[in-house]
Amino acid sequence: MRITQGAFSFLPDLTDDQIRAQVQYCIDNKWAVSLEFTDDPHPRNTYWDMWGHPMFDNPDAAALIMELNACRKLYGDRYIRVVAFDSSQGWESVKLSFIVNRPAEEPGYRLDRQETAGRMIRYTTRPYAADRPAGARYG
Amino acid sequence: MPAPALAETQVPQAAAPAAIDLREEFETSGVKDVLAELDRDLIGLAPVKRRIRETAALLLVERARRRMGLAHETPTLHMSFTGNPGTGKTTVALRMADLLHRLGYIRKGHLVSVTRDDLVGQYIGHTAPKTKEILKKAMGGVLFIDEAYYLYRPENERDYGQEAIEILLQVMENQRDDLVVVLAGYAQRMDRFFESNPGFRSRVAHHIDFPDYSDDELLRIAEQMLEKQNYLFDTKATAAMADYIARRRAQPHFANARSIRNALDRTRLRQANRLFESARGPLDAKALSTISAEDITASRVFALSSGEGEGK
Repeated sequence: MRITQGAFSFLPDLTDDQIRAQVQYCIDNKWAVSLEFTDDPHPRNTYWDMWGHPMFDNPDAAALIMELNACRKLYGDRYIRVVAFDSSQGWESVKLSFIVNRPAEEPGYRLDRQETAGRMIRYTTRPYAADRPAGARYG
Repeated sequence: MPAPALAETQVPQAAAPAAIDLREEFETSGVKDVLAELDRDLIGLAPVKRRIRETAALLLVERARRRMGLAHETPTLHMSFTGNPGTGKTTVALRMADLLHRLGYIRKGHLVSVTRDDLVGQYIGHTAPKTKEILKKAMGGVLFIDEAYYLYRPENERDYGQEAIEILLQVMENQRDDLVVVLAGYAQRMDRFFESNPGFRSRVAHHIDFPDYSDDELLRIAEQMLEKQNYLFDTKATAAMADYIARRRAQPHFANARSIRNALDRTRLRQANRLFESARGPLDAKALSTISAEDITASRVFALSSGEGEGK
């Protein structure tokens, strides 16, 4: 099941040129771009691992593409996303976030139903991938 | 909202033009302005200007060929600037960045000027991130490495400079579209550097040698520097400055235009003191902006008998 998170997630995967153009747009707006990766695809997992520091002072998107390729080399079997932060309000807030790399196989989610008192049902979504320990979930 | 860039890459390319007017390209691309500025603002440096003109012509033709579909590879643009200190290497590098930007060979046109300290780390594992950080900053522009030969220290085989060199070479080769590297330094030491690092020699296409300025050119540079700050020499001061330049050249640590700039800074200091101590009554603009001979001749360069100058 294809994970759809962030911007462009219903489009086909962006090519590197398209990623570069989007990132350049972010940089031209003075947003700091950074890369994050994870192997826990749960939609409520907001704490992805950072790949290096946010890139505050690179005027050109080629820098991010270089880091992205380095990140893919190591974590090509995980989800990688680009996050752009805007600090113009005085605090850093996410302006744009989109997935730039995903595992070849995405097993999807299981829906657990828990029956509780009074015929009430609680629902939980659980990624199949999360059954395995972190670091060994894909590939 | 996100950029409307998605569609951009999918637009089919416009058909190649049948003919290109180089003259018109030369004027509309802004190359003409950059070259004219170079001619106007930089005194002397005739061989350098000629080389830049040649390079500009090559790049212009290359761009026209690319548009017609005759060339696909990005030409190697990495350069080495060799010459003594104060001969205008950094200034020319700035202009070169502007030129390449206008021709569309680099996307941003900024110049990142670094030395060994910015690239090489202090301990194991420090160098690679440091070098990469600088490379990332320079992408889309020009990376200017001053005194590049310090990167290579043959006397210490465990020197971290080697690691920086390897990363640099890799990026210079694989990301030629993304940045242009300019290596700068004294001619002799650069030659030795290239000899011991054949990888650099083969990846650097343009070697530009910066000659020393003549006394006459330095005097004109001095006048231009003063003019920019709204000062001027009186007639005697011009003669004194010419004398100063000749004497200063004979002394150690002579750094061409940089020495002149420092000398002018000290001259302005002495002029201010002279005015402060001797002025009776109000001073007009002319008095405040005129450098006279005594401001220059007070320099320690004149105190030393020429030829056996020592110290700094």
